Amino acid sequence: MEEIKTNKQYSNYVDKKTPNSPILKNCFNAFWVGGLICTIGQIIFDFCEYQGLDETSCSTVVSIVLIGLSALLTGLNIFNKIGKFAGAGSLVPITGFANSIVAPAIEYKSEGYVMGVGAKMFTVAGPVLVFGISTAVIIGLIARLFVG
Amino acid sequence: MEHLGKQTIKLDKPVTILETACIVGPKESDGPMAQYFDQCLQDEFWGEKTWEKAESKILKETVNTLISKSGVPANQINYCFAGDLLNQCISSSFGLRELNIPFFGVFGACSTFAESMCLGSVFVSSGSATNVLCATSSHFCSAEKQFRFPLELGNQRPPSSQWTVTGSGAAILSSTGDGPYITHITPGKIIDLGITDANNMGAAMAPAFVDTLINHFNDTGRNPSYYDAIISGDLGYIGKDIAIDLALSKGYDIKDNYYDCGVLMFDKKNQDTHSGGSGCACLGTIFSGYFFKQLKERKLKRILLIATGALMNSTSSQQGESIPGIAHALSIEV
Repeated sequence: MEEIKTNKQYSNYVDKKTPNSPILKNCFNAFWVGGLICTIGQIIFDFCEYQGLDETSCSTVVSIVLIGLSALLTGLNIFNKIGKFAGAGSLVPITGFANSIVAPAIEYKSEGYVMGVGAKMFTVAGPVLVFGISTAVIIGLIARLFVG
Repeated sequence: MEHLGKQTIKLDKPVTILETACIVGPKESDGPMAQYFDQCLQDEFWGEKTWEKAESKILKETVNTLISKSGVPANQINYCFAGDLLNQCISSSFGLRELNIPFFGVFGACSTFAESMCLGSVFVSSGSATNVLCATSSHFCSAEKQFRFPLELGNQRPPSSQWTVTGSGAAILSSTGDGPYITHITPGKIIDLGITDANNMGAAMAPAFVDTLINHFNDTGRNPSYYDAIISGDLGYIGKDIAIDLALSKGYDIKDNYYDCGVLMFDKKNQDTHSGGSGCACLGTIFSGYFFKQLKERKLKRILLIATGALMNSTSSQQGESIPGIAHALSIEV
């Protein structure tokens, strides 16, 4: 190998030396686990409908059950294993959102309920909330102005 | 003491590494090096309420083990040099606060153990101290919490990421004793080749390792074959590969006698540790547990110990700063 003289040369060399994440395998696992979580959601939805709930209530129940389950699995040290395996498959559904709030809450409990749990709970989910809500407001405005 | 070349110090008065001790966490206890450690913990908390307290306790108990193994009571230790990764080195200062020994807090990221031994050996060799204690620690959970994400977060680690070693290593350097001796130290410069990926520490630190290595050879007139083993701290699989390439491009072939503690610590295949171990305790425990015993038993006679550190924090990473690396070398001979 030739002697490296510039940072650019080194950066190119390091890129070549560093293995990439197994994207195909990750995508496949994300696909089927994500699909499975959504199927579970649909089963809960259908069950609620069968029990006579209206559509809005069914959606609410689905969210509550999935959030509750992921929070429980996070606390039991199981969700991080699912997340490691499935990546975006468990991260993108509402399950990932629940995990991203419960995980720091557990981690920072040692700093107390106010400055620990309270202050640090949204360190991971914070950006999702900020940009999610901001986007919703902008789209809402556009819809109001142009769609009427 | 004599200054050699650009950055090496030759210790005319030999400094003996009198004794070492180490304690490791559960994952390290399942690894291939487990048999060499003084104590293997089964619980990452070790009965404490927080990761930080557990890390302090590991360091404290390692030092207690060292004191009882060496037979040198705390009141005969003149100074201690210690450091770790937690903000303002709290594991060391909390772990050693009851020891009543004058204390220097040292920070060199994962190079801390070698940095402590460099400073300690100069104190001993100059006659300023008879016995000096050097210690370091790291903890996977407290390091993840400070530098990355909460442990329960369900995310994926890239293949270049490394696994912070839970444990602590400590050594007593002394003006008495019959070796292994620290004969030369080569403190390293800060080297930054612009790597910004905090998940590729090996690549960020490898150039610093090679710089110190080559300066050591230039200053002392030695070459790689002088040593039975050249040992880096925690470059991991990727960093080790890069270091071999970089050294070769500068005319030094180290492939045959070069070991990395991050590679030695875990079983990559079964322990899911990606590019290998890292953290202050990686070199701290493997040197204290394995290489020191090899020297004592004269299975190895000359080693060059080079600990590397990545001098960044989570703020500098988020601000897009590159990661400066550092490496300090000690030549240890029997």
